[in-house]
Amino acid sequence: MKIQKIIQITAVFSLIIAASLWYSQNHGLLPVQAAEEAVLYDNLFNALIAIVTAIFLLVQGFIIYSMIRFRRRKGDDTDGIALHDNFVLEIVWTAIPTILVMWVGIYSFDVYTSMKGTDFMSMPMAHHHSPISAEQIANLAMPAAMADTLPSQPEIDSQQAPSGQLVADSSLPLVIDVSAMRYAWIFTYPGTEIVTSEMHVPVGRKVKLNLNAQDVNHAFWVPQFRLKQDTIPGITTNMEFTPNKLGEYPIICAELCGGYHGGMRTTITVQTPTEYDSWLKEEAEVASNSPQTLAFRQVLKDPTQMSDREFLTEQAQAMRIDKDLPTEIHDHIDRMNHHHMHEMASYLTSATSTN
Amino acid sequence: MTQVIERISATQPPEPSSDTTHWREYFSFSTDHKVIGIQYLVTTFGFYLLGGLMASVIRAELATPDTDLVSSDLYNGLFTVHATVMIFLWIVPAVTGGFGNYLVPLMIGARDMAFPKLNAVAFWIIPPAGALLLSSFFFGAPSTGWTAYPPLSILTDQHVGQAIWIFSIILLGTSSILAAVNFVVTIFSMRMPGMDFFSMPLFCWAILSASGLVLIATPVLAGAMILLGFDLLAGTNFFNPTGGGDPVVYQHLFWFYSHPAVYVMILPVFGIISEILPVHSRKPIFGYKAIAFSSVFICILGLVVWAHHMFTSGTPDWLRIFFMIATLLVAVPTGIKVFSWLATLWGGKLRLESPLLFAIGFVSMFVVGGLSGVMLGSVPVDIHLHDTYFIVAHFHYVLFGGSVFGIYAGFYHWFPKMVGRMLNEFWGKVHFVLTFVGFNLCFLPMHLLGLQGMPRRVAQYDPQFANINVICSIGAFILAISTFPFLFNAAWSWFYGPKAVDNPWNALTLEWTTSSPPHPHNWIGEPVLATGPYDYGVPMDEFEEESMFTGTID
Ligand SMILES: [Cu+2]
Repeated sequence: MKIQKIIQITAVFSLIIAASLWYSQNHGLLPVQAAEEAVLYDNLFNALIAIVTAIFLLVQGFIIYSMIRFRRRKGDDTDGIALHDNFVLEIVWTAIPTILVMWVGIYSFDVYTSMKGTDFMSMPMAHHHSPISAEQIANLAMPAAMADTLPSQPEIDSQQAPSGQLVADSSLPLVIDVSAMRYAWIFTYPGTEIVTSEMHVPVGRKVKLNLNAQDVNHAFWVPQFRLKQDTIPGITTNMEFTPNKLGEYPIICAELCGGYHGGMRTTITVQTPTEYDSWLKEEAEVASNSPQTLAFRQVLKDPTQMSDREFLTEQAQAMRIDKDLPTEIHDHIDRMNHHHMHEMASYLTSATSTN
Repeated sequence: MTQVIERISATQPPEPSSDTTHWREYFSFSTDHKVIGIQYLVTTFGFYLLGGLMASVIRAELATPDTDLVSSDLYNGLFTVHATVMIFLWIVPAVTGGFGNYLVPLMIGARDMAFPKLNAVAFWIIPPAGALLLSSFFFGAPSTGWTAYPPLSILTDQHVGQAIWIFSIILLGTSSILAAVNFVVTIFSMRMPGMDFFSMPLFCWAILSASGLVLIATPVLAGAMILLGFDLLAGTNFFNPTGGGDPVVYQHLFWFYSHPAVYVMILPVFGIISEILPVHSRKPIFGYKAIAFSSVFICILGLVVWAHHMFTSGTPDWLRIFFMIATLLVAVPTGIKVFSWLATLWGGKLRLESPLLFAIGFVSMFVVGGLSGVMLGSVPVDIHLHDTYFIVAHFHYVLFGGSVFGIYAGFYHWFPKMVGRMLNEFWGKVHFVLTFVGFNLCFLPMHLLGLQGMPRRVAQYDPQFANINVICSIGAFILAISTFPFLFNAAWSWFYGPKAVDNPWNALTLEWTTSSPPHPHNWIGEPVLATGPYDYGVPMDEFEEESMFTGTID
């Protein structure tokens, strides 16, 4: 009798574990993996899915079983057993979840440090609560300057190659500055004249983003990379990824930023290095010939080159542009399938001149 | 608002000598905790219906990928006010002010709350504050989400609506603090002779923990709101980066309250479940002390996990790791509760009627929300899922599948006591089935939406998500319909239902020892503490240990 019971229980548990493991590998819940970070993410996610599926099946199975097995039969007005507690059982269901969540914590920490989706270097600044001056922003934009104040961070970012070098050393990260404004993304490739509203990156090369917001909070999200970072006015945040799959993926604003938040999307194109190089050349040519780009850059002036007053005026202007002319901008955005840089730039030029 | 004030001053305190509660008292500044409890429950249920109406419009808009039903500003206003109403005008006041007021004095054998007038004041803040919030629709509703992050909330086009929102939050927070003070004092000082903390029903433990959280966290929210109000109205720069303010500080202050707020909304419901399961399973609650202490433990941990809402905000790494560990640890006391409830069912005689169905539904749905919560506690997982529909799914499993299912369980369980009449069981079951099906159809697919790349708070979305959104909208529609059987059942039974006896469920807690509905002074004589709150069941030694597991009990 007792042995039969043990066999039954073991069988049920093995079945639950088998089902959970199977599901964790076959759930199909996530979009395609397009970055190395996504591979790490998915392994962690699948492990968690296995754990939560097992607990889910155990609990729901237990509930359904109890509802059938222990339902009150007609005419039975007696009570169940006076079972108040069971010390061993309670220790078990305290200890097992504790061990599980600790394991999840350690594994998550491990994945987090190897993803480094966000840059350790910028972090000490992000919680710096003093008023943000242009000097601080300059510091943020130059993590190398921070290196000596942070001995625990040996990484020296000054090794980075300017992203715009047409013949780039692909072993060095590609740096792109991202500026978010209602309701568009603007990407500048430092070291070049290139300012675009769609991001292009070569496959297999590490990309570092310096993200900034012109008006309100936004968030830069590429579901296929499993990465997201808020962009916050006055603070530069960072993000790193290594795209590993050719294709075009959405860049989605994930932080509520106003009426057309849902329309604040663009694309990132992961290209072969050759395609990427020719795209760079094309864009560089367009950029040098286009007066709009200059106007565009005006809005995005490098904050490190500005005085406090200039910086704040820029910020205030950027916000006022948006506030005074909301409907026009909205209509304009509505008409655009992709926020094309030239339209955007000419639009902003006219908007700025009215101020 | 003026109407309310007139009403307050025009009405005299209730006549203490009468032995039934006159219906007019429910519309007056009554100091009777039972009247106040029912005032809370009815008022907040009204707000729940309004919040549900807004949710229906939101789901109708999302049935198609384009913005075609309401303007995008109105859409943002709808989800902002929907969330604010559901949190501050429905769940928080219903579970603390509503059930807490009605039940705590009855459960501890007291005649009333410690400060009856303060209690009435706390309630009467709510209707005007709610009316104020809803009035914002006439001026351009607040449209920056219930989180109201600056700089968006400072630069918003709906200045008036945003200001109204801030004022009503401050008012509702005040009401919440007043109620919490009252609960703490009542539970500490007004228990009847012979009732120590460990013979108190678990609902009282839950209310005590939730009140502690309210007292610690709500003032911080009030502070954040006042600073935000100055930024919005007086042009100060606490959170405005243009003038040197820091928008991330607001997020810290906001979540220092708003994460514990989740526990304020769920702990009392844990308490409700811990009351209902033993009565309708005919078994003692399993692990009384473990459940009581886990409430306190959740309360303490709940205060140090707030920044897990900010994993993508540029929080320093060491902070992320700290908050990740703390967040994951919340799963331990929560798991203890869930496992204890399951063990309470085991070997019982389950009376599968509406109260127990909703209570079991609560356990089942809350577990889903808890498990997705553990996943979100992991920093890397959260970075992908933050601000997506996965989050929307997660917190609706906690707050609807959890809190609202639990509130319904409480309605069905205590309705006979409060009103003196029984609810119709058939329509109760219809209500349960429709709610369960509609809820899961609406919110389960949202996990997938978020994982696949649909952000929250959008009126327009990628057409690839259209089909799943249609399913969600159908579920929401069923959920809306599911309210009607309950409403009609409650309204009809209130007047025409079969009379309830004093103790229709054969329960052991003190509220069932008085008449249904109770005398205005709760008991005509002195209440008698005959048994512990959960002394159900046939003693263990009358059962063969083996029979428990082999199915020969019956
Ligand atoms: Cu945005």
